[in-house]
Amino acid sequence: MALYSEKVMDHFRNPRNVGQIDDADGIGEVGNAKCGDIMRMYIKVDDDQVITDIKFNTFGCGSAIATSSMATEMIKGKTIDQALELSNKAVVEALDGLPTHKIHCSVLAEQAVRAAVKDYYDRKGIAYNPEDFREMDDEELHEHCGV
Amino acid sequence: MFVYADNAATTSVSKAALDAMLPYLTEYYGNPSSLYAFGQKAAEALQEARETVAKCINAEPREIYFTSGGSEADNQAIISAAKLGARKGKKHLISTQFEHHAVLHTLAKLEKEGYEVTLLDPHSDGVIRVEDVAAAIRPDTALVTIMFANNEIGTVQPIAEIGALCREKGIPFHTDAVQAAGHMPIDVKAMNIDMLSMSGHKFHAPKGVGVLYARRGMVLTNIIEGGAQERGKRAGTENVAGIVAMAVALKESCEHMEENTAKIIPMRDKLFAELSKIPHSKINGSLEHHVPGTVNMCFEGIEGESLLLLLDDAGICASSGSACTSGSLDPSHVLLSIGLPHEVAHGSLRLSIGEYNTMEQIDHIIETVPKVVSYLRGMSPVWDELQKGERPHLI
Repeated sequence: MALYSEKVMDHFRNPRNVGQIDDADGIGEVGNAKCGDIMRMYIKVDDDQVITDIKFNTFGCGSAIATSSMATEMIKGKTIDQALELSNKAVVEALDGLPTHKIHCSVLAEQAVRAAVKDYYDRKGIAYNPEDFREMDDEELHEHCGV
Repeated sequence: MFVYADNAATTSVSKAALDAMLPYLTEYYGNPSSLYAFGQKAAEALQEARETVAKCINAEPREIYFTSGGSEADNQAIISAAKLGARKGKKHLISTQFEHHAVLHTLAKLEKEGYEVTLLDPHSDGVIRVEDVAAAIRPDTALVTIMFANNEIGTVQPIAEIGALCREKGIPFHTDAVQAAGHMPIDVKAMNIDMLSMSGHKFHAPKGVGVLYARRGMVLTNIIEGGAQERGKRAGTENVAGIVAMAVALKESCEHMEENTAKIIPMRDKLFAELSKIPHSKINGSLEHHVPGTVNMCFEGIEGESLLLLLDDAGICASSGSACTSGSLDPSHVLLSIGLPHEVAHGSLRLSIGEYNTMEQIDHIIETVPKVVSYLRGMSPVWDELQKGERPHLI
């Protein structure tokens, strides 16, 4: 059996929404180069809090690129509230699964979306409960790589 | 175009090796331990293989023990020397940080059993210095085990010098020669090697067969108990066909070593020369002390697994020392041991070529790798930061 599902390979080979948005309304970056994966997401949000555009840049393995791509596809056109409901589990399911040791990539993708939304709130001065954005710090997220 | 450029991982079985082994699977399938002539036919083949292998490394046939591969040979060599040392109250073992895990994990196991292990650091060129070995030797040192050539970066160690030092000090010296056998000249007598490991599938024999050379007088400890095969030191009915193939493949590799090397070096050098043109790339390991076919490089700002997957799409089989490809969570211990930072080690690529590769295939690699690196850099936030000066270049 191949390491990755067809869906993962499709999103890895033809990643959706790669790039940057110069006048983004929110930018979120998570991960650590030492651990071998960093994801950065850019969102453009309209007055109705709808994510009209989203782009990503990722440094990482095949599943890091594929989960970034899938996450952006899943929240493009959705509202901010809907984007915040995106779970890593949903991303994994949409990709027809990930190998166990790659699940942390999907966690990164979820965190990258949340980080972008938080940045959007901060820029717009929109109040939020900081508890909702208790980011998993690098240490916790990257406990696996021991750096 | 399909390009197999992972010969340090495994190789194809040569035609001569395959032809030699097949009769021992179908026609002469007797057990070499059987008394009747049909079994003895297999026993004779084993003896002939033993003589052939011995000759290739300037050993005696009785010093050759057939194993299931390099890992088993490494395990047995190290455990044997450790047990032998312990009987004399010597429980200190010397090795290096960048050995194969078959060596490192065996040493770690012994450490738990009360042995003391010193792991020497290679210099940044990927070469161990003999003076560092000398400085680590203690009165209670029971073994020095240092690989002949590194499997990831291809650097060759000063084996003859280390061998001479150990012989002078009366310390058993083992070398894991899995990456060197069949590719570089080995003379266990001239190099003062007491034990040496080889693996057939790295030089065009099938997988699942290897050799432990142990100099006469080295007392081996059994890893596998049972029958009296291999002079009572390695139980289990011999893999006759595999052993026959391995002997043929080793002889073939040694006889054609010069011409193979002459064919491989220009291909390797072209890879180094052309891939080094990629900005912020780095060659890993000294080129002066190097096995012919291994090319190991790092490309800043990208991660190795995605590089390998895209090379695979272009028909190129290669490997990487990134954490994601190692199946473990850290990047390659070899790359870290020569001082590469984690973020650089993640972007490593190993291409290992052999005499079956062609210059057309090398050209395909040279055409593909820069495109893939540039594509991945294009979507890498790390590269973006490097470009903008927000992150310092490390290479």
